[in-house]
Amino acid sequence: MGKKESSFKNMLITLFVITMLAALALGGVYNVTKEPIALAKKAKAEAAIKAVIPEFDTIKVFKVALEDGTDSLIFNQGYKNGELVGTAIESFSNNGYDPTQVRIMVGFSSDGDILKTAVVQQKETPGLGSKMNDPKFKDQFNGKNPNTFVLKVKKDGGSVDAITAATISSRAFCDAVQKAHTTYLKDGGSK
Amino acid sequence: MEYIIILISAIFVSNIVLNQFLGICPFLGVSGKVSTSVGMSGAVLFVMTIATIVTWLIQTYILEPFGITFLQTIFFILVIAALVQMVELVLKKVSPPLYQALGIFLPLITTNCAVLGVAIQTVSKNFNLMEGVVFAIANAIGFGLAMIIFAGLREHINLMKAPAGMKGVPIALVTAGILAMAFMGFSGLV
Amino acid sequence: MNQLANFTKGFIRENPVFVLLLGMCPTLGVTSTAVNGLGMGLATTFVLVCSNIVVALVKNQIPDKVRIPSFIVIIASFVTIVELSMQAFVPALFESLGLFIPLIVVNCIVLGRAEGFASKNNVFSSALDGLGMGLGFAMALTILGSVRELFGNGSFFGMKFLEGDAILIFILPPGAFIVLGYLIAFINKLRKTA
Repeated sequence: MGKKESSFKNMLITLFVITMLAALALGGVYNVTKEPIALAKKAKAEAAIKAVIPEFDTIKVFKVALEDGTDSLIFNQGYKNGELVGTAIESFSNNGYDPTQVRIMVGFSSDGDILKTAVVQQKETPGLGSKMNDPKFKDQFNGKNPNTFVLKVKKDGGSVDAITAATISSRAFCDAVQKAHTTYLKDGGSK
Repeated sequence: MEYIIILISAIFVSNIVLNQFLGICPFLGVSGKVSTSVGMSGAVLFVMTIATIVTWLIQTYILEPFGITFLQTIFFILVIAALVQMVELVLKKVSPPLYQALGIFLPLITTNCAVLGVAIQTVSKNFNLMEGVVFAIANAIGFGLAMIIFAGLREHINLMKAPAGMKGVPIALVTAGILAMAFMGFSGLV
Repeated sequence: MNQLANFTKGFIRENPVFVLLLGMCPTLGVTSTAVNGLGMGLATTFVLVCSNIVVALVKNQIPDKVRIPSFIVIIASFVTIVELSMQAFVPALFESLGLFIPLIVVNCIVLGRAEGFASKNNVFSSALDGLGMGLGFAMALTILGSVRELFGNGSFFGMKFLEGDAILIFILPPGAFIVLGYLIAFINKLRKTA
């Protein structure tokens, strides 16, 4: 195969040259794709925010620590003509069926009512837990205030209609929305 | 407590072979006999654990500080390839009979997607080093468990008459599917 | 063999998935939908063709003892290029395929063709070999993905035929194993009678 002899010097030089060329090529590709990647990430985040709060022209982003201090949630306050139209909070739950985190974007009005919800990330069972993204399940949260609409599944004494045969995923969804609400009450419109 | 969750999750709930589809090549190729499966599982346990430690260190102290995380794939696979070579050399000197027993399986671990897969997942799940080690060991155990059970099943199946077209790999795959179904019963454990 | 045979062998006669039984991990892992199978197949084809070409170009410059690590660096570089490009230009597909994109580097097909063919043949033949094998792989994945999506979700490439869910097991892990098993058995039957 290789017509070059396998002397130590040759092996070292070959590996060095190949790795150098590879690193250079990849550095170049990385620079070219850096911006499109950042843009794609931004577009994805914005799409989720737009899905849960009314139209806005400027947005203020800040982090608020969770009550237990273990993590923080990202708050996205949407303003139109200087007026706050809603706060989109990206919350999460680690209690989903699948070990992958369930991430939900929850939109709150200034009165603390839930405007809308949108699933940002979930790897729940297709056809079961994945139905959390169906309007049939998540629309039941729209317009509800968590002070009266208890964010637990009916089985646990709450107000939420769970997805049939997907109680764990439904609980995880509620957990995420609850986290968002608790943190919103803690530090919602103060910034 | 966290560690128990990682253990149960990796071995049963998200079994690396039956749920995440990593390590299928050796799973299908080496599971003809229980004895070879045990040997392969042992080798994988060793390589996977050390590889996860080394790649974690590289990610934390080299790739991230220098902002070159896009070189992750290259660094990780080179580490694994080098590790396997080293394990081969060490094993040859330290335990020739074990080296002979493992034979061709050792170099095959380099292309075992389970090893690279676990290394990448450890980093993307933001585990610390200790959690990463537990994660690696747990996945290796899950791999071994799936493979040894499967080998036991295959040894039986080979003694039976399957329709001509199904003999060998096809019937093995269907069996694996049923085994995967059984493991689905573990979901909701954690 | 002539170049036409060289190119087409990857489709049926030496199909990497159905005949050579290589590249099983992505085959099972990403075929819950047809478009994922096709996407992964094309990404792998890109890596296969590029790495085969480069390996065939430099094969005489690489000392025998370091050829595997050298091939690995070459393959890993193209995989990273695919990773970055997909993340930038097709982010949704990138997220669906997830972990399996970097895993192309350990896809036995890629290293296998580099070692078994490109290191011993000229650039043109190696490129064709890579292209044929890659497209055969893509074809296998798309077929498997289509079957699973059709029976498991009642849709084809995202176009739904059925309201609601179909036979869910097909898009879950057991379904992957079982459908692939039957597909291989079917192909075996075809090959015997052909």
